[in-house]
Order: sequence, then structure tokens, then C-alpha cells
Amino acid sequence: MPKLSYLKAMNRALADSLDSDPSVFLLGEDIRVAASNLTAGLQSRFGPDRVLDTPLSEQAFTNFATGAALAGMRPVIEFQIPSLLFLVFEQLANQAHKFSLMTGGQCKVPVTYVVTGSGSRTGWAGQHSDHPYTLLAHVGIKTVVPATPTDAYGLLVSAIRDDDPVVFFAPSAALGVRDDVDFSTLGPVPLGAGRLARSGRDVTVVALGHLVHDALAVADELAGQGISVEVFDPRTVYPLDLDGLAASVAKTRRLVVIDDSNRTSGFAAEILAVAAERFTLDAPPRRVTRPDGAVLPFALALDRAIQPDRDELVAAINAVLEDR
Amino acid sequence: MSTVDLYRTVRLIRRFEERAIEFVRSGEIVGGIHPYVGQEAIAAGVCAALTAEDVITSTHRGHGHVLARGADPGRLLAELMGRETGLNKGRGGSMHAADLSLGILGANAIVGAAGSIATGAAWAHRRQGRDTVAVTFFGDGAMNEGMLLEAFNLAALWRIPVIFVCENNGYATTMPVGSAVAGSITGRARAFGIPAFTIDGQDPETVLKATTAAVARARSGKGPMFLECLTYRFDAHHTFEHRARLDYRSPDELAAGQSRDPVVIQGTRLPEPERAEVDDEVEAVLDAATEFALGSAHPDPADALKYLYAVMP
Repeated sequence: MPKLSYLKAMNRALADSLDSDPSVFLLGEDIRVAASNLTAGLQSRFGPDRVLDTPLSEQAFTNFATGAALAGMRPVIEFQIPSLLFLVFEQLANQAHKFSLMTGGQCKVPVTYVVTGSGSRTGWAGQHSDHPYTLLAHVGIKTVVPATPTDAYGLLVSAIRDDDPVVFFAPSAALGVRDDVDFSTLGPVPLGAGRLARSGRDVTVVALGHLVHDALAVADELAGQGISVEVFDPRTVYPLDLDGLAASVAKTRRLVVIDDSNRTSGFAAEILAVAAERFTLDAPPRRVTRPDGAVLPFALALDRAIQPDRDELVAAINAVLEDR
Repeated sequence: MSTVDLYRTVRLIRRFEERAIEFVRSGEIVGGIHPYVGQEAIAAGVCAALTAEDVITSTHRGHGHVLARGADPGRLLAELMGRETGLNKGRGGSMHAADLSLGILGANAIVGAAGSIATGAAWAHRRQGRDTVAVTFFGDGAMNEGMLLEAFNLAALWRIPVIFVCENNGYATTMPVGSAVAGSITGRARAFGIPAFTIDGQDPETVLKATTAAVARARSGKGPMFLECLTYRFDAHHTFEHRARLDYRSPDELAAGQSRDPVVIQGTRLPEPERAEVDDEVEAVLDAATEFALGSAHPDPADALKYLYAVMP
């Protein structure tokens, strides 16, 4: 079967969406030359009106997309730097997200915001390395963080077709992931549906994006020690697939979350809160996260020290299995 | 649009606002309003220059724009009272009241935010082959919001058919424009190559004439235009001021500002019997609106988040 990379899968999802729906258009910075490689080949194929290169005016072009959506278009914005979401937080949380309710359902704002290369970009330091998916989920914006090329394709197609604003995080550390893919089976993946990335008996590890691959590697490693790890990938941060998570935890009764958010009020905190409210566990759950209020320092060793890693995950899994 | 039509619009807005202020006092409208009293000529004149297909964005001081665009006064009043029959089913309130079916792309309570929304909508319409223009209303306060200046750039750069209407009422809340704006308001638009004019915003005929020219230019593909409409807010920034008594405008200044009343300016252009007839007509419309709004049901608290998503997750 042919290999498909995560980034190429996203490119394919954009091309297919542009091809099948004339109301879809892309806008963003340096997208005509595909600076992030996301939009490679798309301007020459679809023209400058559908692959619209913008000046560095993030706030205005984010609202511009809202206006275009109100006028019947399906804009897709690319942000090549995750921290730009902070700059346009008002335009997302206070504008695009609120139009439906504030107008009493008179309109919809089907805009997709794609962050190509979220999280640590290795060497890009404090203002280019955030992973604020929890922030978007907190305000109630549909938010996805796919792990695989197949899901990147399917969730991007679904995000673009969805009638509400959707933020799509493509973790920098996942962009190079490649899958054997039968292209004829590529299709939309529903928002809000998780996926069992690996079936196991002893403990459920919840992971998102690139960390799914770390969790799978750890599961392989621990399998050799007789520990059976189940990896649950929610794929969508909000709305969360509670039923899928509940089914997994009902089986394993032990829970670890690995999450590239800062610790306080992060995605892992939400999963643990859900666990406290709804699940019966045989051991206190654990979470592996960035530290509180983390700012990624530049030096590589410091950058890596801040991020949740496999060693911490192994330790957390061992901790929840301690009394077994 | 005829002299009498413009008069009817400014009179309707004035009396709607005066009645709404009374409903704030009586507690029927919770949270207060930003009265448009004194600025009616701008909404009336601008909207008279538009077709049904054109779009506008409104502001926190938006009742005038919404009425001038033809929204039902009863449904607008019901919205201010938080009723299920309101334009936004009681989910928007005074600052967000809008009828999307009339091309009102929201009333935005973040100063300067809507300029880029209108610009995007106008761009989309042009791409769809529609011969429409967008008008975005904002105040002098918005001239210090970077996001609006970014929108000027996009509109000029891409020759988007959008008309920027600055209602300069002299104050951003209580901040005088002279203490807030370096350079000139029109100079900022001109810096982006957008033709910009300062006009008398108290005279509906003047506003109509200027907007008609701007609309024709935009429709012909020549891009955006900027109108600075000099006006005066007769009442409070917000009705909370009726109690707070903020001290920022002298009695002399108030009297001078209120001496050029758009309702009087347009009213004197009509024969007295005709004017009186319109006034009676407006009162009858507002009596019916009041009855409709007061008689409308409140929303069910169980539906508090009913419209949060187009597709519920």
C-alpha cells in the first residue's frame, strides 16, 4: 500500500474539499508558496481567489473569514504558529463562536482554523511552541488533535464540512508520521468520536496527537514486561467522546492521561475530573503534562524537559499499577 | 428615498429609543441600552442608499441601524426585553439585536470588530458574482482599534466593495475624540488610499447623498470609501449614566450639540400636517410594537444554550 504522511494527508483533504465544494477557500500567510508545505500545489491548481495569501493581519483576516462564512462561504484559515491563536482569541472565542447563539440561530459560521505545527517545533522557543487546545475546548469551540494521517485527512474534511467553527491542531511532532493507506478508504472521520489505538487489559492511557505514538511505543515496551496497555485516542478534545472513554476505563479500571497542555485546568485535568465523577477506578489516576504555566525555554534539553515524555508515562503507568 | 420616508425613519428611531429608555427605567429592559438619540440621520441616510441585497454590520449602539434597515420594531423591542419573539429570540439583547434576513450581519459589541467581518462578507459576495456592497458602522472610538485599521488595508488592497461609516459623536464612552485620536480620522483612511470625506451627520439628506455616491463607486468596482459623519449623542453613552451622572460634557456643550436635531432638521422639510401625520403613524407602530413585546413569552430556561451550535456536538 502507498505511504501517506500526516502533512500530505492534510494537503489532500484541502484539495478534495476545494474540489468538491466551491464555497471552500483557504486563507493565510504565505500559503501561495506553502511555507509550511500544507498548501503545496493548491494555488496553482485552484487559483489565487481560492488560495488567498494574506498580509500579516491575523485579527482582521480571522474576522474576514467570519464575514465570508456569514455570506455563505466555508473558509479555512491556516495559522503556521500556534501562538497566533492567542492573538486571535477574541475573534475565535468572542466572535465566530458566539454568532450562532447571540443571533438566536439565525446564522452559522463554518470556519476551520488549521494550526500546522502545534506544540514544540524544536528550537522555535517561547512564543512559537504552545499547544493551547484546552483553551479552545474550554470556551466550547469544536477542537480536534488528530494523531494519524488517516485521521488528519478525515477530521480535516469533517471540520470543513461542519457548520460551526472548528480548530484543527496538527502537532509539529506528528507532521512526519506516515501510514500505509489505501487511498480509496480515506473518508470523513466524525467529530467527537474517539478511537482505540491499541487494545489492552490493565490500564487505559489517554493520549492526543503526537503523544498517541509515544503511548503506543510505551505500550509495546511494557507488553514485554507483561503489562497490557490500552491506548484511547479521543481525537476530538471538544466535544469529548465520553462513551468511548467510559467503555475503555470500565474494562481496565485504571487510567493515565498524557497531555501536552500545561497542568492546571488542562485537558488531562478534565479527563481526571470526568473520571472522578463517573468512573470506578482501582487506583488513583495519574496525568503526565507540561508543568504549570510552562513557557518553553529555547535550549533543546530544556524544551524537552518541559514536555511530557515516555519515561514519565512509564512511571505513571507503573504507579497506577503499583497495588496490582 | 423621499423626504417623508427619511423623516419617518429618523422619527421612528427617536421615538423607539425614547420609549426604550422608559422601559429601562421601568425594568422591562434589563441591563440598559446605548441610546442612538441624536445620531438618527446617519442610520436613516446610509440605509436609504442601500438595496435589499446589501449587507451591514451594526454596533452596540445599533437600534437605529436595525430599524433603518427595516427590522420589525415589535421584534426589536421584544429582543431588548429578552423575549422569545425577539429578533434573536431573546439571546442577543440590545447590543446584538439583528435580523440576518435583512442583511444585518450582527450587531457587534466589541468596538472595531465588525469592520473586518463586513469586509469579508463583501469580498465573498463579489466572489459569488453578487453586485452587493457592505456598510460597516462604527464610532470614533473604533479608530483606535488596530483590527479596524487592518480591515482598511485589506479592503483597499483587494478593492472590496465596503463602505466604512464612522459615526463621530465626539466621545468614545467619555473619552473626547481630541484626546484620543492623533492626526485626523479621515487621514487614517486616506493613508490606505481610501477616499475619505467628513460630512454633516445630523442631516439625513446629506448622509443619503454621500452614501449614494460611495455605494455607486463601490458597486462599480472601485473599492472602499470612508465617511466620517459628524454627529452628537444627545443622551448617555449607556443608560447607566442616568444614575451615574458622569461629568464629562458641560451643559453648554450639550445644548449646542442638541441644537442640531436630525428629527427637527428633516421635519422642517415637511408641511406641518404631513409631519404630524407621520408622527401619529410612528406612535401607532410603536404602540403595536409595545403591545407585541410586552405580550410575548420569555424563553424557557431549559433552552438557555439552544442555539450555541449550528450542529450540536
